[in-house]
Amino acid sequence: MTEPPPAPKLPVSLAANPKLSSWIRFSTEGHVTISPGKVEIGQGIVTALAQIAADELDVDIGRVQLVRASTAASPNEGVTSGSLSVQQSGRAIRQVCAEVRQIFLGVASDRLGVGIEALDVKDGTISGPGNIRTSYWELAEEVSLERDAIPGAIPKPSAQRVLAGSSVQRVDIPDKVFAHPRFIHDSALPGTLHGRVLRPELYGAKLVALREDAARGIAGFVNIVRDGNFVGVVSETEHSALTTLGALRKGAAWSSGETLPDEDGLAEWLKAQPVESTLIDRKTASRANEKTRTIRRQYTRPYIAHASIAPSCAMAQWTQDRVRVWTHSQGVYLLRTDLALVLNLPIENITVEHLEGAGCYGHNAADDVALDAVLLAKAAGGRPVRVQWSREDEMSHGPFGAAMAIEVEADLDAHGEILDWRHSIWSNGHAARPGRAALPALLAGTELANPFPRTISANPPQANGGGGDRNSIPLYDFPAWQIESHRLLTMPIRTSALRTLGAQGNIFAIESFLDELAAERGEDPVALRLRHLRDERARDVIRSVARRANWKPQKQSGTGYGIGFGRYKNTGAYCAVIAEIEGAQDISVRRLTIAVDVGEAINPDGVINQIEGGAIQATSWVLKERVRFDRQRITSNTWTGYPILRFSEVPDVDVELIQRPECDSVGAGEAAHGPVTAAIANAVFDALGVRVRNLPITRDSLIASMELTA
Amino acid sequence: MPHVRFRLNGVETDVEADPDRSLLDILRGDLHMTGPHFGCGVNECGACNVMVDDHAVASCDTPLWSVAGKEIVTPEGLGTAGRPHPLQRAFIAEQALQCGYCVSGILMSAAALLKRNPKPTAAEVKAALDRNLCRCGSHNRMVRAVLRAAAELEAP
Ligand code: FES
Ligand code: FES
Repeated sequence: MTEPPPAPKLPVSLAANPKLSSWIRFSTEGHVTISPGKVEIGQGIVTALAQIAADELDVDIGRVQLVRASTAASPNEGVTSGSLSVQQSGRAIRQVCAEVRQIFLGVASDRLGVGIEALDVKDGTISGPGNIRTSYWELAEEVSLERDAIPGAIPKPSAQRVLAGSSVQRVDIPDKVFAHPRFIHDSALPGTLHGRVLRPELYGAKLVALREDAARGIAGFVNIVRDGNFVGVVSETEHSALTTLGALRKGAAWSSGETLPDEDGLAEWLKAQPVESTLIDRKTASRANEKTRTIRRQYTRPYIAHASIAPSCAMAQWTQDRVRVWTHSQGVYLLRTDLALVLNLPIENITVEHLEGAGCYGHNAADDVALDAVLLAKAAGGRPVRVQWSREDEMSHGPFGAAMAIEVEADLDAHGEILDWRHSIWSNGHAARPGRAALPALLAGTELANPFPRTISANPPQANGGGGDRNSIPLYDFPAWQIESHRLLTMPIRTSALRTLGAQGNIFAIESFLDELAAERGEDPVALRLRHLRDERARDVIRSVARRANWKPQKQSGTGYGIGFGRYKNTGAYCAVIAEIEGAQDISVRRLTIAVDVGEAINPDGVINQIEGGAIQATSWVLKERVRFDRQRITSNTWTGYPILRFSEVPDVDVELIQRPECDSVGAGEAAHGPVTAAIANAVFDALGVRVRNLPITRDSLIASMELTA
Repeated sequence: MPHVRFRLNGVETDVEADPDRSLLDILRGDLHMTGPHFGCGVNECGACNVMVDDHAVASCDTPLWSVAGKEIVTPEGLGTAGRPHPLQRAFIAEQALQCGYCVSGILMSAAALLKRNPKPTAAEVKAALDRNLCRCGSHNRMVRAVLRAAAELEAP
């Protein structure tokens, strides 16, 4: 008996927003407008989506226009994160276009009097036998898309797609190269005023007194807004806003702040906090009696800053009790939800529109500055107010990626084979995005006279890839394991989603530990991994990278090679990395060879670009980055205090893309971070015989690890 | 307020403003040129770079008075979509950016490099761009783009 085929289902984003017209419109002039709910954050999403639409509709890509997300019109696709843009938006748009194409063909068939199967579409022109023809554009007014998508339309098989799989040039790049205003930072509205917010230097300090007279006397002064600890200025010009802010700062007296942890004892501190413990996964086997010994190691990573190259920026404008907000937030609907909570307004009164910002790499201050702008714009007499954070505030008041302490323990048999594996994580939650909880998660909300409590970061559920536990379940076939996650219930340092959430830390721990075991056994680390992997796609990226890097190259003194592997979220992109490093006191990464499998790569060069970028950013995390603080304040609030990798320090990055047109597309933006981290640490061990278990790998941490080894 | 005169992208320009204000603030705030970007305000990131007499400088750290009589080029003055500078063509050809916020400053550093050294090596390009930060990790593509532009400039 054969099972009936499962009933067709709509892709998630489309099921949540079924109205076809919310995704797509045709103009009589020959354009098709696509309206995704996901936003451009430098990952090239608008281009990939245009490719998908053009392919499915059979129109030239030049006819496809993408509109920016807005709560006024766009489908609600939640947040642009987790490398899900192509996966979610792309699948929905492909499905919408497949159905819409059928709808048009149906109408054309009636009009032309021939069956649908006799019709063909070329660049939007629908033609049939004997030179009969019409087009999307001709039928645009006749065909109503004010209807819900119906499951069942079948998109083209991958072999019939022309653009998917080809490296179409990104549509946003010319504007950026010719300095056409495209960023929110550069988009002035007529009559714009400028706002700045005064934030305390000491973490959590309260405003005790404020003298305003000097500030009020400055040319261009418009207003001061004060509500509890929230204080900001509105001025005619940016220059005046900054000068006024300076005067206000001089007139402000603050209480002492909250105590921060000791930055040199982070692991101990993390493990001493009250936590919520979750058993992430357990696998049992009954060979415990063969156990001859147990090895335990601890790995840590520090707090890491998003450190966008552009300080966060937003604009807002009130008209009576309605407000319009322009933001580079990753989720316009989610931000709207939180704004409504803070303002105590119905959501219909708030419109949130996306404008591009610089790369954000997760939940940075984009949403916070939007609330700042909304609060300051209340005092602007209906004029728009633009607020931009300072570099210092961006690097100290925005959320950080959470510090992690990870213990890995393995029971080994007499041959050094793994019998049981235990992995425990201590970390703050990795997500406190707006729009998800009953209370708002926006900074200024905690500063008001009637403050909202600070949101303690949570972890997304395992089904969404998890948070601190992301990538903590081994992909290897160990006979038994137990994975536990301990999420802190205190949060003196604000954390939220940073690229990969916990995956970078967990992959660093797993892949370092495996390397330690391989070294103990005297086994080649590539062979050891292959021996424990059953998934052919996983084995493929490892074999490919090994081939490409000529694993294992002859070692010269002062150089080393290491491998790292991961499948992002255990469900996304496969990525294997071989790092070549050199150095003794200061490590430099010379080359990263990478093999990656994202399923069907819609835009291969776009995928490679993201992998390269992720690899270089991860190298920066590993060699340089650590949020610094004393017991009262974040001290790494400049580029000098928080250095990132520079041009002269960047490794060569060589990427091999394994195309699998038959597999669903998954995102590439976060695939490289974990494997690169582990590969570098393993290469350091190969070069120096020193195992660095505490990131970042700096001269200091090398010396500390050497002392431990000695 | 005193007047300060300079040439901006080839055009005689006269600004009446406090001469201690930064060139970045004047360009963006008074002259509405959004090519130079604010990144840090203290000469640590290069997002605001412009060329002053063929040298790349951080406009956030350049007071207005110091550019009196000088020749200033901003990203807007480098080339246009119709008549692109070889660097702009090369950055498109190499798809040499992700978010692109850092690019305007990087184009300025690169343009200044090619003026003084039309045939740079990869190491020289990296050295010339070393004060420009890019958080997206587009460095290698940018270096390739600058080398490509240099090759194009050299070709007859
Ligand atoms: S804004 Fe001028 S160097 Fe950063
Ligand atoms: S491309 Fe985003 S900072 Fe350079």
